[in-house]
Parts: sequence; structure tokens; C-alpha cells
Amino acid sequence: MTSQQICEKIRERFGPAIREAKTEGVPNPFVSVAPENLRDISLFLRDEADLACDSLMCLSGVDSGKGMLGAVYHIASTAHRHTVTLKVQVPAEKAEIPSVADIWPAANWHEREAYDLIGITFTGHPDLRRILLPDDWPGHPLRKDFKVPEFYHGMKVPY
Amino acid sequence: MGLLDSQFDNSNIVITTLDNLLNWARLSSLWQMQFGLACCAIEMMAASASNFDMMRFGVIPRATPRQCDVMIVSGTVTLKMASRIKRLYDQMSEPRYVISMGSCSNCGGPYWEHGYHVLKGVDRVVPVDVYVPGCPPRPEALIEGLLKLQEKIRSESLVKKSA
Repeated sequence: MTSQQICEKIRERFGPAIREAKTEGVPNPFVSVAPENLRDISLFLRDEADLACDSLMCLSGVDSGKGMLGAVYHIASTAHRHTVTLKVQVPAEKAEIPSVADIWPAANWHEREAYDLIGITFTGHPDLRRILLPDDWPGHPLRKDFKVPEFYHGMKVPY
Repeated sequence: MGLLDSQFDNSNIVITTLDNLLNWARLSSLWQMQFGLACCAIEMMAASASNFDMMRFGVIPRATPRQCDVMIVSGTVTLKMASRIKRLYDQMSEPRYVISMGSCSNCGGPYWEHGYHVLKGVDRVVPVDVYVPGCPPRPEALIEGLLKLQEKIRSESLVKKSA
């Protein structure tokens, strides 16, 4: 199935939950979904026999500026060899996205990374700790409004 | 011909200064701390391997700081790693030396401006004896740095320099 067809299939099933879908004229067709429908759509993608998306290839955290944070899910099926992209956007002041770590175990560390660097809270994640930075690091460094601290544990940080 | 290769004619008495003897002993067996931080560590391993064979200078990697004489900081020092490096340096017994290998460890390298997580030079946490430039330096460059360190040790003295 092509990505366009998958996007259409999602749209048929979850019509009102789709915020935006771009299927023409882009190299990677995607559907942008509401965070509260993310888990339903993920389960649909994984469990439907002709979709069978069993692999989460990549989960990226995004700070698009303008006070919006987001996550992008690149999902694939090893059986059917097709891919689909999901996008979720949330406001930065309440950056909460439901976790899909129980649907695709690969999401576990990816979500920890997005939490560590962008500061998205993945609700329902089994172990949402920082994965790269030290536990006492101030803030989330890949946010657009992040300010590099002058000192960290007595070590000067700027050049 | 070296001193130890030659046969002694009369008796095996060698007269030298204690400074010379100690310096010769120190610079000929610079045991190196066995750790690497980033891509420079690959070049450091290449310098240890058979093509370049740093062991001919008496450099043997040791896996504990207590048996080491020289720490080769080979790679990007993140802030998370910097406190560990400081602790490892503190655990080394004196006399101890530090070679800073590569641009990252010299001054932050490509991360000097936007590397929020990178220490801009390992000399901010430990004193450095020799800086080896390069990104990463070739094994020859690291060996050159090692020879520079040996030069430095050769000129050390137990006697306090008069002011």
C-alpha cells in the first residue's frame, strides 16, 4: 500500500481526529493527528491486517517555534514494506503526548530522548527519565528558547 | 649505541645525576590511562596498534588510574564526562601528566559556539602538559606530542629552581 492510501484509510476511520493530511506533492505523506487519538490510531496501524505496521523506525521531537512542540512518528511494516508518517502537535506550556512505548517498544528510549532534549512529557511512559544529559541538567537544550547556563557544577560553559 | 646495549669494559658503575636517572625512568615508561572519549580515541588506538606501536616508547595502556602516568584525553569532553575525568585525574599518583588530544579537548573544537553540553577545553578541569592539534590528529601527531612530553620530563628537576 502506498503512503497516500494508508493516509486515506486513517482518514476514513478517524475522520474528525485528523488535523491535517498532506498526501500529494511531498516525499513523505503524513497525517497530523490530535494527541488524544494518537494511541487509537497507532493501535489501528499496528493491528489491522492489511496495514500491520510493526516497526517504529524513528520518533523525533520537534520545537517548531511559535509555542508549539511536536513529535513525528515514522512507522513501517516489515511484512508489507510500506511506511507512514504521523505528526502530533501540542502547546509548549502543556506539552503532554500519550506514550506509545507499549505499542512499539522502540519508542521507549526515543521518547526518553525527546523528553530529555525537547521537554515533551509522554504520559504513561514506564520510565520517563533523562537518557543523555545528567539528571540535574537545567532545562531542555533543543528548545528554541533554551539559554545555555553560565556555569555547570563550577565549570564555565560558554567559550 | 645506547648505554644498555654496550658492554662495560671494567666494572658496571655508571655515574649520573639523580635527576637524569629519575627523568630517564619516568619518560621511558609512560603508562597511559586506557580510556577514549570520541573519534580521537580511534586514532589513539591506531597509534597503539602495530603500525605505529606506541609501546616502543614504553607507553602501555593501563585500565586503572592508580597505575597510570599519563592521561591522553582523546576526544570531546562533555560536561557530564568532565567531572569523571577530574575524578580519574585525582586518582592518578604523582608525577602525572596530561596530553590533550584533538581540537575538542584543546578548546571545544567544532562545538565551541553551539555545544551546550561540551566543555570548551579540558584544561578547565585538569592541568594539561601537551596539546596535540588536529581533528582528529594522525597517530604521528600523537606520537609527536608524546615525544614533546618526554622532552618536558627530561628537563624536570628535583631541585627547586632559584627565583
